[in-house]
Amino acid sequence: MPGTSSPHEAMTTRSKERVGKWLVSGPPLVYLLFFFAIPALIMVLASFRTPGEFGGLAPLLEDGQLDLNLDSYVRFFTESVYAQIFVKSVWYALLTTLFCLLLAYPLAALIARSPKKYRDLLLLLVILPFWSNFLIRVYAWMIILGPNAAMARMVNGALAWFGHEPVPLLFSSFAVLICLVYVHLPFMVLPLYANLEKHDQALLDAAQDLGASGWQRFWRVTFPLSLPGVYAGAALVFIPALGIFAIPDILGGPEDSLIGNVIKQQFLETRDWPFGSVLSIVLTIAALALAGLAAWVGRSQLGTPSSGAPARA
Amino acid sequence: MALLEIQNVSRRFGDFTAVDQVSIAIEAGEFFTLLGPSGCGKTTLLRMIAGFDLPDGGRILLNGEDLADRPPEERPVRTVFQSYALFPHMSVEGNIAFPLQMARTPSADIPAKVEAALEDVRLTGFGKRYPHELSGGQKQRVAVARALITHPTVLLLDEPLAALDAKLREELQIELINLQKEVGITFVYVTHDQTEALALSHRIAVMNKGRVEQLDQPSKIYSFPTSRFVADFIGTCNLLEGSVTASRGGAVSVDVKGLGPVLVATTRATGMTVGPGASGAIALRPEKIRIAASTPHAGSDAGSCAASDTATENQFHGTVTDFLYLGDVTVYIVSTPQGCKLETLLANSGAGRAKFFEVGDAVEVSWSADAGHFIAP
Repeated sequence: MPGTSSPHEAMTTRSKERVGKWLVSGPPLVYLLFFFAIPALIMVLASFRTPGEFGGLAPLLEDGQLDLNLDSYVRFFTESVYAQIFVKSVWYALLTTLFCLLLAYPLAALIARSPKKYRDLLLLLVILPFWSNFLIRVYAWMIILGPNAAMARMVNGALAWFGHEPVPLLFSSFAVLICLVYVHLPFMVLPLYANLEKHDQALLDAAQDLGASGWQRFWRVTFPLSLPGVYAGAALVFIPALGIFAIPDILGGPEDSLIGNVIKQQFLETRDWPFGSVLSIVLTIAALALAGLAAWVGRSQLGTPSSGAPARA
Repeated sequence: MALLEIQNVSRRFGDFTAVDQVSIAIEAGEFFTLLGPSGCGKTTLLRMIAGFDLPDGGRILLNGEDLADRPPEERPVRTVFQSYALFPHMSVEGNIAFPLQMARTPSADIPAKVEAALEDVRLTGFGKRYPHELSGGQKQRVAVARALITHPTVLLLDEPLAALDAKLREELQIELINLQKEVGITFVYVTHDQTEALALSHRIAVMNKGRVEQLDQPSKIYSFPTSRFVADFIGTCNLLEGSVTASRGGAVSVDVKGLGPVLVATTRATGMTVGPGASGAIALRPEKIRIAASTPHAGSDAGSCAASDTATENQFHGTVTDFLYLGDVTVYIVSTPQGCKLETLLANSGAGRAKFFEVGDAVEVSWSADAGHFIAP
């Protein structure tokens, strides 16, 4: 009888749908659980524990009592050197973001305006450095900035001409910054290009037709419409630049330790895992807060338009 | 001297000649339309007037001054783009204020001007909205208000109604006509839509393959097309091929294949004189052909009565072979016994009757000598 079989079928389709939903959303959830939520929880837990005698962590249960304390947090907020390094790291990351933006914007605009058949090749060239190892690229700067390389000679030659003492380029904040900018540049170029490439030429024609000069067309039309790309690029540069440790390690002087170096130190050298965890948590919160602030500023500046990027008509 | 003079302007893209030696003089206060199929060069010509493209040859003069050295932002010419090109990150007010800001209007004066402009295009209260919150017709009006706010000498409109539906298009056509009358600014309008061109313009330049085929008032263009292209492109037209057999004062007799001798007046409009032996086509609009039920005694006479010296009428017998009922009018295809097909149009104004003729009905078609128009090849 068809009348009796249909409710049963409906039930099975509904449960099938439910299973389907879980099959689709399950893997990402499992992924997030294992690679984000659980590690983050482990780190939070570690930040409240006591360092072990020979590194690592002391047992969680000691004499039947939970050994959890705020010692590491107290240390972070009382010893001002860590806050100073933190501020310096944010400053370096901001400078890196700014220089990346200044260098990447013209490049991205140029690629976006070049003939279609060359664009893929130019983009390939932008990401080409990724084909060689990160450390090799950083070490390459040791050679470029070395005291006997052409760059140092030119700079110091010019300084000597002005009657100035020669300065070492290597193992300085200059070397750290230049390499930070170099390493992160592609992360700024790509989102900017993706945005600029979608811009409608008709809008620029309209602006010109309505009396706008080249500069006015850029500042009144192109730049405001590219802000979503600017924010995306800034986030992609700022956040990794904030946590980096290899570049100051290799190219920086003793004064150029950043928060990433301190965290690495806590885990690998001083072996104070709880304090390293505290520094990591503070870093994560700072990065999230700054990204949130940027998003909020961006939204209030852009006004109502939901999609910042103009769609082609 | 005309306000805007296009003198022998050409533009080539590689081997393709987009605009070929075009000369047009547009008067101040005129609603001028460039009409043609896509690829005829009308948009290229418009872009050259705006300054986005430069002619390879010839000159464009505005008030007697050659515009060649002036970039778009320095020309007193504004464009309404087909896509409207409203700035998506600016409100309606911001969009309309933009040209004022570029012209360094004191910022204290801007709000009042923007408000007045919004009123002119019936968008009061829409100032704070963003383009994506507007309908197509509203966007079009904002684009017009933005282009007109600095009182340009010439307003260029690039198919501004093409993206809108038919009803709204008609409404905005009337608005555009009134607006143009009100502001008195010269409009140069580009379209491929012949009804739009006929409805809006003071004068029309019909373009084809980079050249101006005919430049005249809408009624002249429609009634007296000077080329097969114009006759065919504007509206529907019967093109009756034949050669001139006799010429008399003000009229010629053309021997049309499948129809016989047809009398055509030649003095009107073009003033063209054609002698015997010339071949060409008679352009005859469907609505100028009268259609009537055949009278029984004339049924056997398939010939014409146009050859007589005094006649100014052409009359033929035929059979309805097809019809298209369009509501207000019906299109009848009438075939003559010799195989000539004529498209005729009859208004469905007869009281109480849905339509007049059926397929197979014997009918009589007739038109006066001055209804047709001879086009030399």
